[in-house]
Amino acid sequence: MQQQPPRSLRSLPPEGAVGDLGAAQRSPQQVKFYQTGTFTVGNRLLSPEQRTVQASIERSNSLNSGHRACQGCGEALGARYAIDAAMRATAKQLIAANATGCLEVFSTPYPESSWQLPWIHSLFGNAAAVGTGIAAALKVKALKGGGTQSDVRVIAQGGDGGTTDIGFGCLSGMFERNDDVLYICYDNEAYMNTGVQRSSATPPAARTATTMAVGDQPGADFGKGKNVPLIAMAHEIPYVATATVADLHDLEAKVERAMSIRGARYLHILVPCPLGWGSASHDTIRLARLARETGIFPVFEAEHGEVTRVTKIRHRVPVEEYLRPQRRFAHLFGATGRADMLARIQADADRNIRRYRLLDEEAAA
Amino acid sequence: MLKQTEGSHAVAEAVALCRPDVICAYPISPQTHIVEGLGELVKSGALAPCEFINVESEFAAMSVAIGSSAAGARTYTATASQGLLFMAEAVYNASGLGLPIIMTVANRAIGAPINIWNDHSDSMSQRDSGWLQLFAETNQEALDLHIQAFKLAEELSMPVMVCMDGFILTHACERVDIPEQAEVDAFLPPYEPRQILDPAEPVSIGAMVGPEAFMEVRYLAHAKQLSALEHIPRIAEEFEARFGRKSGGLVRAYRCEDAETIVVALGSVIGTLKETIDALRDDGVRIGVLGIQSFRPFPLAAVRAALQRARRVVVLEKSFCVGLGGVVSTDVRLALSGLQLHGYTVVAGLGGRAITKASLDRMLRDAAADLLQPLTFLDLDWRIVQRQLEREAQTRKSGPIAENLLRDVGTMAAKVA
Repeated sequence: MQQQPPRSLRSLPPEGAVGDLGAAQRSPQQVKFYQTGTFTVGNRLLSPEQRTVQASIERSNSLNSGHRACQGCGEALGARYAIDAAMRATAKQLIAANATGCLEVFSTPYPESSWQLPWIHSLFGNAAAVGTGIAAALKVKALKGGGTQSDVRVIAQGGDGGTTDIGFGCLSGMFERNDDVLYICYDNEAYMNTGVQRSSATPPAARTATTMAVGDQPGADFGKGKNVPLIAMAHEIPYVATATVADLHDLEAKVERAMSIRGARYLHILVPCPLGWGSASHDTIRLARLARETGIFPVFEAEHGEVTRVTKIRHRVPVEEYLRPQRRFAHLFGATGRADMLARIQADADRNIRRYRLLDEEAAA
Repeated sequence: MLKQTEGSHAVAEAVALCRPDVICAYPISPQTHIVEGLGELVKSGALAPCEFINVESEFAAMSVAIGSSAAGARTYTATASQGLLFMAEAVYNASGLGLPIIMTVANRAIGAPINIWNDHSDSMSQRDSGWLQLFAETNQEALDLHIQAFKLAEELSMPVMVCMDGFILTHACERVDIPEQAEVDAFLPPYEPRQILDPAEPVSIGAMVGPEAFMEVRYLAHAKQLSALEHIPRIAEEFEARFGRKSGGLVRAYRCEDAETIVVALGSVIGTLKETIDALRDDGVRIGVLGIQSFRPFPLAAVRAALQRARRVVVLEKSFCVGLGGVVSTDVRLALSGLQLHGYTVVAGLGGRAITKASLDRMLRDAAADLLQPLTFLDLDWRIVQRQLEREAQTRKSGPIAENLLRDVGTMAAKVA
């Protein structure tokens, strides 16, 4: 099986496996980039420039400690990785606009702010448009200073509710105008801040406060919901990517790639939510990884509407392994379980695997 | 420079003279010509550097304005009617954040029934939003108020709505005096933000505020509006000193000195009222008009001072608080607390119903004779109202109201008398 490395790691030996410390006097040990079983990235064994931003003492701690996210919060983790990577990519010349939601609430109970960069929260549904406004102001400022474009860059960010539902109009407008904003969606698949209600990113069969686990068809309906990464691609914007908090190197590389491009960019990060998913807080990374390894959450990059790279599945696992540790899917298991619904979820995952070619041809066959 | 031009275009030129950095445009009648005019100036390079952004909704227009203003740009947009309602959440947000955005509201009715014509329902719906609201009587005043509004907004760090009557002003071609760029530059200094998103000095803006400080933040917005009661007349005086004409201010009285009856009004109808009053004066009726230029902040003291010697007050308003009566009247009554005055509310001109001199003359003679109902609807067609009420009494399934009334009225030109 092969793993497509993200771009910034291309200097590494290809496809997985073998790291090269580069010089004879170094250890002859071959570094497995993804070590069997543990998936540990092996930062210590890499040369400094190949290490993650998070491993560096130079990291900006953009989302500083002391915030009030839940234990095991995938969104806090994703935001920290993403914004620190963007801060490094822009030499700290960065401004963030934030939609209302968990990320906003847990990071800024007045007067304590965890943000170590200029940050604005306006409304639930307008983060992308606020980002557009900031970018426009920065451009005019640069032109007045004799430049052609601003060195200061803009990120707009929000949860899945603020992105795929209430903020969708502003998001599409920002895409369509190709405004110079990187929009990051931290997708935990429901409105967690208000108490776990269904969003258009909630997967089929998931129990939420508004898709109760009762009746003939417990949980969220099949055949509903929207795929915003694909919709973003349909806008033919320069860059669209998906990522999870299970793969730090990949996530950081995608942020760096995004910041190397001008225009509208979209990054969709799967961030497990222990509270809303009913999962153990120590399982956040594992569940994110399983979402990828089942094919439920395809991890890929696209440029101008075309998929340019996918992260292959290393160890394909049935969807059950991903679903079972989450209480939001508990009604699918046990004596009164729903094999039929499990089969439909498996079929959706299989379709993703075909559609994005998530398995090597050989393995797929 | 004197110029014969459309009200919208005069405003576009005034805004351009203020050197805005970012303009957000979304079309809605009757505001559209303003942003079209500005767009042409940006596209041609006459106004540069300036970002002219065609957004996808009014909600986005105000949201983009919030971002650009917070990042230190002088920011402008324009809207009307449904557009103002669609952006309402962001309207409150802009003032809550203290961002000095300037927005023209080309006043237009709110549906349903859908109606593109002029009244003041749209601005009035946002009267508690924290924005300052200035009302223009003429195209010249609309032009002048925009220049004053940027100065006022930036001194206070609060957003200002310049309200001008849709079509009546926006689409009327009149002679206006357009100032020179150098004069405007001398009047309006470059924007120095009180707060700015800047990597050199990172701040968080828009944090959650709980019960421990929320009331104080809201009070400070009120305190700013109260201080605007001093800023607005001073800026109007500075404007007059530089440009040689009176525009803006809090209120403006016309023939009120010895008036027993004073009519209070906002916007372009003041012109019609002045002419009507001149005729009434010729007949010996002691009557005057008080125009309110600053509706928010509401100049309680100035209104009280102007009205206190009158015997009766008629508030003529193009807005309507369903279930109560007047919107402006409520504020005027507050200004008159404790004074023994007859008060009348006259709701007029809703949805563009023309307010004619003949109707005003009739109504004001009735008022002067105290024959007026406390709440009067000027030129209401009671015939079709009664017909619909009867229809509803007779049958449960009486159908859609507006369509019934249109059928009753029959094919005709817009009602003017």
